[in-house]
Amino acid sequence: MKTIFERVCSQPAGGVFPVSDVPTYETEVSLARTASLRIPNLSEPTVARHYTYLSKLNHGVDDGFYPLGSCTMKYNPKLNEDVVRLPGLTAIHPETPREDAQGALEILYELSGLLKGIAGMEAVSLQPVAGAHGELTGMFLLKRYFELRGETSRRRILLPDSAHGTNPASAAVAGFSVTEVASDETGMVDLDALDAALDDTVAGIMLTVPNTLGIFEERILEVTEKVHAAGGLCYFDGANLNSFLGRARPGDMGADIFHFNLHKTLSTPHGGGGPGAGPIAVSAPLVDYLPVPWIVRDGKSFRLDWDRPESIGSVHSFYGNFLVAARAYAYILQLGDEGLRAVSENAVLNANYLQEHLKTAFELPYDRLCKHEFVLSGAKLPNGVTTLDVAKRLIDYGVHPPTIYFPLIVKDALMIEPTETEGLETLDRFVDVMRTIAEEAASDPSLLLEAPHNAPVRRLDQTRAARQPELTYPLDAEDCS
Amino acid sequence: MLEAIGLSSLDDLFRDIPEAVRSRFEPLGIPGRSEQEVAGEFAALASANAASTKASLLGGGVYDHYSPSIIGHMLSRTEFYTAYTPYQPEISQGTLSVMFEFQTLIAELTGMEIANASMYDGATSLAEAMLMASRIRRNTKIAVSKSLLPAYRRVLDTYAWAADLELCEVPFDTAGRLDLSGMPEDPAVLIVQSPNAFGVIESLAGVKDQLGDTLLIVSTYPMSLGLIEPPGALGADIVTGEGQSLGLPMGFGGPLLGLFATKKAYLRQMPGRVAGRTVDSEGATGYAMAAQTREQHIRRERATSNICTNSALCALAATVYLATVGADGLRHVARLNHDKAHYLAEKLCELDGYDLAFDAPFFNEFVVRVPGDPEGLRQMLDQAGFLVGGSEDLASLGVPNALRFAVTESRTREELDRVVRLLGGVR
Amino acid sequence: MSYPSEYRYTKDHEWLRIEGSRVTVGITHHAQEELGDIVFVELPSVGSKTGKGEVVATVESVKAVGDVTAPMSGEVVEVNDGLEDAPETVNQSPHEDGWLFVVEASSPEEAEEYFDAAGYEAFLSEG
Repeated sequence: MKTIFERVCSQPAGGVFPVSDVPTYETEVSLARTASLRIPNLSEPTVARHYTYLSKLNHGVDDGFYPLGSCTMKYNPKLNEDVVRLPGLTAIHPETPREDAQGALEILYELSGLLKGIAGMEAVSLQPVAGAHGELTGMFLLKRYFELRGETSRRRILLPDSAHGTNPASAAVAGFSVTEVASDETGMVDLDALDAALDDTVAGIMLTVPNTLGIFEERILEVTEKVHAAGGLCYFDGANLNSFLGRARPGDMGADIFHFNLHKTLSTPHGGGGPGAGPIAVSAPLVDYLPVPWIVRDGKSFRLDWDRPESIGSVHSFYGNFLVAARAYAYILQLGDEGLRAVSENAVLNANYLQEHLKTAFELPYDRLCKHEFVLSGAKLPNGVTTLDVAKRLIDYGVHPPTIYFPLIVKDALMIEPTETEGLETLDRFVDVMRTIAEEAASDPSLLLEAPHNAPVRRLDQTRAARQPELTYPLDAEDCS
Repeated sequence: MLEAIGLSSLDDLFRDIPEAVRSRFEPLGIPGRSEQEVAGEFAALASANAASTKASLLGGGVYDHYSPSIIGHMLSRTEFYTAYTPYQPEISQGTLSVMFEFQTLIAELTGMEIANASMYDGATSLAEAMLMASRIRRNTKIAVSKSLLPAYRRVLDTYAWAADLELCEVPFDTAGRLDLSGMPEDPAVLIVQSPNAFGVIESLAGVKDQLGDTLLIVSTYPMSLGLIEPPGALGADIVTGEGQSLGLPMGFGGPLLGLFATKKAYLRQMPGRVAGRTVDSEGATGYAMAAQTREQHIRRERATSNICTNSALCALAATVYLATVGADGLRHVARLNHDKAHYLAEKLCELDGYDLAFDAPFFNEFVVRVPGDPEGLRQMLDQAGFLVGGSEDLASLGVPNALRFAVTESRTREELDRVVRLLGGVR
Repeated sequence: MSYPSEYRYTKDHEWLRIEGSRVTVGITHHAQEELGDIVFVELPSVGSKTGKGEVVATVESVKAVGDVTAPMSGEVVEVNDGLEDAPETVNQSPHEDGWLFVVEASSPEEAEEYFDAAGYEAFLSEG
């Protein structure tokens, strides 16, 4: 497919901006741009066709089933898209004086309150703009907490071997070292291994609850008690909140810090990789360290509060992703308590239904009640067929592949998360497709080995992309001038 | 369905959650509402933001620019916005093609060799660049220009504290520009923002030559690069910036668009996702994520960053913006910003008691010393329908009794004349 | 696959070719097969010191990173520069042209604990 740099356009571009209504002022010659600016001048119809064409090469949730484990690819309600396009929300500068931005401040304040309630914890910051950003902010809070207590030996973070990659990465960016704790044969944290790892050099543990196998830590209270008894704190990665929304709260499980992924659990769109939002909730001992500014209420009006001398500072240029937060607010308002409860109910029901129907066609390493997602293994596929081949063959059936090769503790994993917004007819079709693919692996493996056959491109050479990185289009001197 | 799983009630689905936890649950105490009711609620919230009906002259990293209509339409295509990270490239060629175009455009605009597919915002991009430079040079001393936007400096302070880096401030001179004579000895990197917190364009020519082994990071304002020499042509090792000016709404500060560009030699140290060009099994051109081994999903605690979700849809907006306005349009709109700002500055300085705080060249933002209390003037203008500010930021940088004005293509000459008349009428 | 009989092998799937105090190090056929197509090799600098068991190099495929630990303490005296432009050499010829680096060993007796070819092949079949 062509890039905009290869588009030939004979029509005139322009017409977006008016002519100047003020005099011309010379720019200082020494500062003026002399370097090339090889950006093509295209007409609007050319641009419209180009990006419309590109969009059709994608598969989104609105195109078909998207069971990408750990990502919660639920339907994005269109109301949420409309409300955040109101000029009253988009056309406000972040440094607007508060009396002119009361609606925006109210949204942030009210959403914080709702997230506090969902978490069952003391306070919330909406500043982090991604889950990993929330993790990083949480690690900063841990660092501040122990710094002020003089416990500078606490430089280690424990995490289970099933942890998502952002967890150890976030700990490392915040200056901690990481120690893995093994999972036992049930897929949960091995309590003996945990005991052995806990000492006064441990700042805390980072847990995903339920874990990345889709299994709920049944001994979660013991885990958090042990960590607290050893003087550490507990960080919960909330990527899997969809599994217990409206039924349980991380604050009741012993969490000290909990991050939300608004673009997972709270339906804000994934956008092709972002923007998302990763607000954090904290327990009482950490409240004073949250980033500034806070959004507070004085009587009937809302304002920013910068007076938090023990705060870690800021992690964003302003208040986080306001327009993402606004979508989540609309979502929660529509659902209410009953709706939130129904989310986890249907998410878990759908996942268990699929697990039950697929475990005969594929290997299921942990055959037990799962939460909102479960993990199959492609290790025993016949004829040299791999998990990767299964994923590529699913594309031919119009289904986005599940997450593959994660978590690392399952060999050749396939992580499947249907979410609650899929109906029985979609689930049944998926089961049929997966069973068909399992049969194809046995009887006609080339269908998988050479898949996809029906996608906009055939299987891509990722080795070449990695060996000889070509990250920009090779513009030459004559382009676009 | 329950029968198929062998369970008798929906509650059985949650028996693995300890009873002690389930029994402590408390609902929020809110009913569900219809779509129509929530739409009404939001209409009320939106109308409680008087700012959206006023003319903004606010700046400080986010600006009231005009966004061409086509952007909203392309962003509303569900194939773009309901998709996720392109882990399966064969059905993500839309997302990956846009990433490739975006990377090319940002590299071209900034004068650098490579760029990533976005980060969170200009401030965190700058913080990540600081961490990267420290890693490359294996040196924890960081020289940072005092005239950074306070919002950016706050984020740098937080990230530097966490990574045990030492920030050393380099002062600005009376013209509002970096004073290199105040450099500390042998830092890993010098961090400069241009235009800076005062709107002043730094004089970067020759700076890199004076730095020896010290790296140079420049945080930039991309629209200004339609008019002024990009940091890449002036020796920058890493260029970061805020991409909001490329077609994004102000959105009360988020989502924004972090830009990050650097040299090919530093690819392995660069944070963030990148798309690379390759071929499929039939030799057709396609795109896939490249250099993934830098990233968290593979390197984990040894990754160049923990970033996963970025600002992809905002990068799409910026790509469509640049494709729509083109080089000619970008030069034109940059010129409009520049000239309108200079027009306002000139007229304001004709008023008694008003003068430019700094002599140096600026793009679309400048600082004016005002007679009397800036807060009083701000309120008066607010009531008349104009939003201005910056006085607290400026006071914190040692410039009291001042206001900062940002003028974009969205402000008409009539509006600017009116601002001058209003201020001129104050006694 | 036959593993050269004159080499020694570690549990981390590295091979050593010992010539006096000069030890050439690479990764085994098994290791390159597990990693898949190799896209990048990061080598230590000539002159750097190695401690036994320290990570001194990495071998990257598209989706994985393999750490290479120094099997001997000493100093790096030579590295295989050709791998920068042709990392696939490690896949094609892991035991010959795909060598990674050469260490001037300070304690040659450290090699005694490693497998011989038969021992390594037995170790692999236990897998």
